Amino acid sequence: MIGTAFIGTWHLIRLALRRDRILLPVWVLFLVGVTYSTTTALEELYGTAESRALLGVTANANSAFLAMLGPLHDWSSLGGLVVWRWGVFAGLFIAIMALLVVTRHTRAEEEAGRTELISATVVGRHAPLAAAVIVAGGTSLLIGVLQAVVLIGKGLDASGSFAFGLSTASVGLVFTGVSAFTAQLSENSRVSNAIAGGFLGVTYLFRAAGDAAGESGPQWLTWFSPIGWTEHVRAFGDNRFWVLGISLAAFAVLTGVSAYVVTRRDVGLGMLATRLGPAEGRIGTPFGLAWRLQKGSLIGWSLALFVVGVIYGSVAQAVGQMVQDNPALGQIVQQIGGADAMVDAFFATITQLLGLISSIYLVQAVLRLRSEETAFRAEPLLATPVSRWGWVASHAAFALVGGAIVLAAAGLGLGLVHGLRTGDLGTVLPQMLGAALAQLPAAWVIAGVALALFGLFPQLTGVSWAVVSVSLVITLLGPALQLDQWVLDVAPFTHVPKYPDITAGPLLWLTGVAVVLLAAGFAGFRRRDLTT
Amino acid sequence: MTSAISVSGLVKTFGPTRALDDLNLDVRTGEVHGFLGPNGSGKSTTIRILLGLLRADSGTARLLGGDPWKDTASLHRRLAYVPGDVNLWPNLTGGEVIDLLGRLRGGLNSQRREQLLERFELDPRKKGRTYSKGNRQKVALVAALSSDVELLILDEPTSGLDPLMEAVFQDCINDERQRGRTVLLSSHILAEVEALCDRVSIIRNGHIVETGTLSDLRHLTRTSISAELAGPPNGLTSMAGVHDLAAEGNRVRFEVDSDKLDPVLKQLVSTGVRTLTSQPPTLEELFLRHYEDAK
Repeated sequence: MIGTAFIGTWHLIRLALRRDRILLPVWVLFLVGVTYSTTTALEELYGTAESRALLGVTANANSAFLAMLGPLHDWSSLGGLVVWRWGVFAGLFIAIMALLVVTRHTRAEEEAGRTELISATVVGRHAPLAAAVIVAGGTSLLIGVLQAVVLIGKGLDASGSFAFGLSTASVGLVFTGVSAFTAQLSENSRVSNAIAGGFLGVTYLFRAAGDAAGESGPQWLTWFSPIGWTEHVRAFGDNRFWVLGISLAAFAVLTGVSAYVVTRRDVGLGMLATRLGPAEGRIGTPFGLAWRLQKGSLIGWSLALFVVGVIYGSVAQAVGQMVQDNPALGQIVQQIGGADAMVDAFFATITQLLGLISSIYLVQAVLRLRSEETAFRAEPLLATPVSRWGWVASHAAFALVGGAIVLAAAGLGLGLVHGLRTGDLGTVLPQMLGAALAQLPAAWVIAGVALALFGLFPQLTGVSWAVVSVSLVITLLGPALQLDQWVLDVAPFTHVPKYPDITAGPLLWLTGVAVVLLAAGFAGFRRRDLTT
Repeated sequence: MTSAISVSGLVKTFGPTRALDDLNLDVRTGEVHGFLGPNGSGKSTTIRILLGLLRADSGTARLLGGDPWKDTASLHRRLAYVPGDVNLWPNLTGGEVIDLLGRLRGGLNSQRREQLLERFELDPRKKGRTYSKGNRQKVALVAALSSDVELLILDEPTSGLDPLMEAVFQDCINDERQRGRTVLLSSHILAEVEALCDRVSIIRNGHIVETGTLSDLRHLTRTSISAELAGPPNGLTSMAGVHDLAAEGNRVRFEVDSDKLDPVLKQLVSTGVRTLTSQPPTLEELFLRHYEDAK
């Protein structure tokens, strides 16, 4: 049985590599490229031991940095700085790559009915999942190894370089397993991606909550997060390779369970059963349909960002606590502007992060247009009196208004918890809502780019994700890497005024840019052929 | 007699491919018009231009007196469309899709909706992803047929239906004709076309090569003749309209253009006829001839 169960795996691997011949090299080049440029920049900025030591003290005293990047464990070498600045995000990005690739070659294929076509040939029962796992896991490892090679090329210690590369790759392995499992749950690849992506968000949050308040916080939480495990490897410090064993074990268990489920279920079906629905419908407008298609995502994102807000809101208080716990920090904190200024800086960073995350929601809401079009579900709608304008508007509303709801939920979470803790809800809540909603115009610009691509260059709609990624990387890493101002200016979030000094000017012109982009998208779609 | 659809000189290119090349099409109000052609000949492209989903490069198209690209919304209120590939929203039930499309068209006849569900034996409570190809087509058909519209545009609507449902479909289209609606029916099922269509247009490589009633078209085809004569056949070879002549002693087999039948038979009679079988052209032969010429 085992002998034949994997027959055809090699052919399916080649098919996957052929289909992803652009996607995978882009991921690899992008991530290895960021590793290279981050290392180069840090090398220039922190060439001396003194400058690194100063960075170490300030970085570990800054809650915003701690929550976003984790603690800087080892500043004796350049390697430790690379681990701190890029390690968590490298792991995060590799995990996103892995989970998208696995779903794309398993559940999405099954949903499209192509697995049926493949399974009827000489292909073993386990081959499709095995091929997807090998491609996603293999790419994760390749990125890890290439990162190590880049660091060694930069003259860094070899075992530290491999500890770093493999620790980031291990997050990819774990999420290869997670996604292999979520692909078994639902018949819908979108749901499978959403569950795996949601879990990735939770693991990042566990780590962030554990790290944010340094020693005074619940650091044990990081042991419950695959992203936290990468920190515990302590690359360029203790190089604890044994921690990678936890990731490997998680990977083995998850893929093993998924393979078991594959032998237990029918091709095309999930483990979650489908039921009969209503015989008559109440949906009668394009907006009603869009609501039906998008409400799950909107509610899920709003709840998720509300929870993120609650977690960061509760961490904010510990930021002040940390200063009291550690008198040595007192002087530095005074230089920055006191404990209040530190809390403000924390909120400025967190709201920016929330804005960046929300742009993912906005873009996927816009891209629903393209997936409806290419699945030929737009065709019957547009053959009714529904105008093209009305159809685009029905989905764009979820990006534009939905984006506001998602950000408001995040601001609400932040403000409620921080307000209750400080006992000044009346002041804090509106402030936090405002700080979160101030991110909206920049997120609209990203959504505008996605809609403009959809209307004017529909084949390039997928480039929207590259836009999201570039904006994320520039905004998160750019200032610390001291990139040229014009590079920073490309990212819309660079222009959002920082909390607490929020001014209307930049928000207005960002909104203007978004309006122009949206109008271009609408006009382009009205004039072009439907993809058939 | 007015035209529900009138298309002239239509050209549409996709990159290097010329999908439609000077296409002319005329569908009269109240008729069931068959639209036939090999795969990839431009049927669906024509239909999508008529629906304003694609924009023609040149030529004119009029639909119910309007411009299909400019007057989209007002025209779509008066027509219903069944696509060749019906894709449903995976998490909406068939009933929800029927009601959605009906409402978007400005309301549907709920009594007819019930009748059609019953006739097509369709369970409207199932989710879109659980329907088979045939059942997805039934969803689109019920949605289209239960709308009060003037024009039905059907793109190979029965390719997934079983013979029983094919019969139901034909009944329904005959009902529509009684109601005075115009139907443009793209199809590969010749029996269906023969049973339903008043007139037929055949498209090949983006160009209409034949249009007319079925008897008009039959007239253009050849009858096959097989005969035993009283003496050796002579003079047949040189006669206009005789094809594929095979003679063996006093026996002959050949095909003759239907409009040249009379002089050819006179020639045979002049020699003397012992036995004669003649086979009228079948629709299959007619279409195969047009389809094969495309290669």
